[in-house]
Amino acid sequence: MPPHPETWLRVTEAGLYCAPGDFFVDPVRPVERAVITHGHSDHARPDHEGVLATPETLAVMRARMGEERAGRRPQALAYGESLTINGVKLRLVPAGHVLGSAQVVMDYDGSRCVVSGDYKRRADPTCAPFEPVPCDVFVTEATFGLPVFTHPPVAQEMARLLHSLALFPERTHVIGAYALGKAQRLIAELRAAGYDKPVYIHGALAQLCALFEAHGVRLGELRPATVADKASLVGAVVIAPPSAIADRWARRLNEPVPCMASGWMRVRQRAKQKGVELPLVISDHADWPELLATCAEVEAPEIWITHGREEALIHALGTRGQRGRALHLIGRDEDEEGE
Amino acid sequence: MSVAAFAELLEGLLYTPSRLGKLRLLREWFATQPDPDRGMGLAALAGDLVFRTAKPSVIRDLVAARTDPVLLALSHDYVGDFAETVALIWPEDARRNAEPPALSEVVEGLEVAPRAEIPAMIAAWLDTLDASARFALIKLVTGGLRVGASGRLAKTALAEWSGQDIAEIEEVWHGVAPPYLPLFRWLEGQGPRPDPNGAPVFRPLMLANPLEALDLAALDAAAHRAEWKWDGIRVQLTAGPGGHRIWSRGGEDISGAFPEILDAMAGLHGVLDGELLVIREGIVAPFSDLQQRLNRKAPGPKMLREHPAAIRLYDILFDRDQDLRPLPFDSRRAHLEAWFERERPPRMDVSPLIPFATIEELSAIRDGARAASIEGLMLKRADSPYQPGRTKGLWWKWKRNPLTLDVVMMYAQRGHGKRSSFYSDYTFGVWRGPPGSDELVPVGKAYSGYTDEELAWLDRWIRNHTTARFGPVREVEKQLVLEVAFDAAQRSTRHKSGFALRFPRILRIRKDKPAAEADRIEAVEALVATNAVPTEAGADLG
Repeated sequence: MPPHPETWLRVTEAGLYCAPGDFFVDPVRPVERAVITHGHSDHARPDHEGVLATPETLAVMRARMGEERAGRRPQALAYGESLTINGVKLRLVPAGHVLGSAQVVMDYDGSRCVVSGDYKRRADPTCAPFEPVPCDVFVTEATFGLPVFTHPPVAQEMARLLHSLALFPERTHVIGAYALGKAQRLIAELRAAGYDKPVYIHGALAQLCALFEAHGVRLGELRPATVADKASLVGAVVIAPPSAIADRWARRLNEPVPCMASGWMRVRQRAKQKGVELPLVISDHADWPELLATCAEVEAPEIWITHGREEALIHALGTRGQRGRALHLIGRDEDEEGE
Repeated sequence: MSVAAFAELLEGLLYTPSRLGKLRLLREWFATQPDPDRGMGLAALAGDLVFRTAKPSVIRDLVAARTDPVLLALSHDYVGDFAETVALIWPEDARRNAEPPALSEVVEGLEVAPRAEIPAMIAAWLDTLDASARFALIKLVTGGLRVGASGRLAKTALAEWSGQDIAEIEEVWHGVAPPYLPLFRWLEGQGPRPDPNGAPVFRPLMLANPLEALDLAALDAAAHRAEWKWDGIRVQLTAGPGGHRIWSRGGEDISGAFPEILDAMAGLHGVLDGELLVIREGIVAPFSDLQQRLNRKAPGPKMLREHPAAIRLYDILFDRDQDLRPLPFDSRRAHLEAWFERERPPRMDVSPLIPFATIEELSAIRDGARAASIEGLMLKRADSPYQPGRTKGLWWKWKRNPLTLDVVMMYAQRGHGKRSSFYSDYTFGVWRGPPGSDELVPVGKAYSGYTDEELAWLDRWIRNHTTARFGPVREVEKQLVLEVAFDAAQRSTRHKSGFALRFPRILRIRKDKPAAEADRIEAVEALVATNAVPTEAGADLG
């Protein structure tokens, strides 16, 4: 009888810890050995000693924290490759969340646990698609763990953006989008929808956009928004971090239409509170049907939930014969502008 | 056109902060939507759609039959609004690929279908719609669109779109019903003007301009009449065989909230302009007393007893069917006084004229008026006809000099629209308690009065002196003294200090003044006007 994953994987203050392999997955404080699922700041923290991640995630970490703090001993593990540490066989499998994002597949003594990190099931031109891996325990997120969250097709949201651009040709559409992943996906989707004008980007996005380009993601012509002259921003698309769309630099924009690309935009009052005029429901997280479908696909009798609205998901899994358990991991971004 | 177009309009109105933007959306609606849908949309916004059999409980039952109760409750907790929760949680796997219903089809269906058929009909529609359109449909059924656009705004858009005067649209409004086909035919020049048939009609009010120093210097005393500017709300009373109404200044029907006034209008026939006030034994109560009445859609007996409403009349627009509006002010005033002598309606009196010979004399009268119930003076040209809107040079409002306090900024919040990147709303306080162990207690919030330069300075100061953040609010170091102007101080439970200021605005930034020297709570207390002026005309307040 293989050991239950709860005998070799446990929640500590630093995060999820694999005892036989002596490593943490996405630890929130500096540790000796960390496996990192993806580069968002609530998963990839600085100052670990050893860091194991996909080459793309390591590149993202270097870009965001600098060579010094992105792990003293970085070790790249490409999708599909495997590595055995003290009897724990470890694989990284695409999670479909952002460039380089991976699920951590751990096999130990005949039992398998998959830590999804954050993931989505929709096609994303900037990263590899999620691959379900059957397992004994599936560790999932539940950011959008309520049945009110069904993300509409991305094409529909892009059509609304293009419609608004046509309706207000003189106004600057300034879109709040997370600097890693969402911003590049948005640009790539704009290009796919036929938008070929220059896209203006906030300074905070420049380095990551260049990194995506270097990894073969075509973003078309990008121009810096913060130094662009007022006239060229008339009618332009500007992409900026969510916290910056209504801040001081945005005063120079021409009658801006504040837009926000986030799964939270599904709820009207949330969008309204943020002063958003054009909410775009585009998310890098699984929506409710996708969470349930994924949990079913991986055929795990037990689902552990790292963060989000776990209560509803545990209830729904229970009615489907899957046991849900909340891990209550600390340090995960619960802010609505979270990654 | 389907419900989806209406859903798009609602979404646009919700997310567009500016009035101009909303008007643009509404004009586009009238210009592009076919009959009868455009009229149905107008009716929904104007609150003219009432369904007797389709009730919110129908929606509750439908969603309960389709969702897990635990998930529904958790979702409702999270979303807040029940209609939106249902729109979002409605299962899409059963979504039928059928043609979504037209807006008019929905409205007619809800009006005529037998009660027993309503649930299945609504469910079938919901199954063909997307989340946004489901929201619009549910809001239609449950009422209360609350999308940030009033009926008045919709009529303004109708006027702008058609080029017809809004006063004319108001005149005929009560002679038409959804989907208002004769109204649209008339507005598009294809049909006759609809006949309002004696139904009570709101006539847009004549408004005054603030009197500035330059205007004052040019004023001819002999050509003007003066009245007190009472601190209540302007209303219009319409009474006649077709019904009785009390309209707010924006044309909203507030009759239901003031049944005693409606009773007092029994038997009258005409249109009157006046101030709605709470008056006890001839004394006008402070505005906060009236505020309590305004907060109640249907006041109880205790509220009616303790906050009795009355009307102080300013003007008469119609006596029976005779339109007096073209007459000069003096003639209308004589007509009003004669009318009042004749009718003697309960709960009404005529706002007295203030005799004066020179502007200097009037200025002294204004400075002497300190009662909380008086905001200042009104100056009206003796020959002014009653013209809707704010025509310059006919009527002036001459507010008395404001009261001022030196207060300390405590919290700042970002503004809206053009000001969304600025910290433009300030909560401020005064000192309370024994010196040495005194504390700041909030007395009010101001978001106007500063220049653009001052706003930019304040914004910078706040960002550099933030001590804590609560969502959109920043707490700041208690260092900055602001001189605020306001119209009156009242006792109130709204602020911790126990006082509230009426219409506070920033007069100047007192960079020179240390926070410790800002005003104390005793200073606020001293400014609370305790005794109001008695009514001058002998009113029968029954």
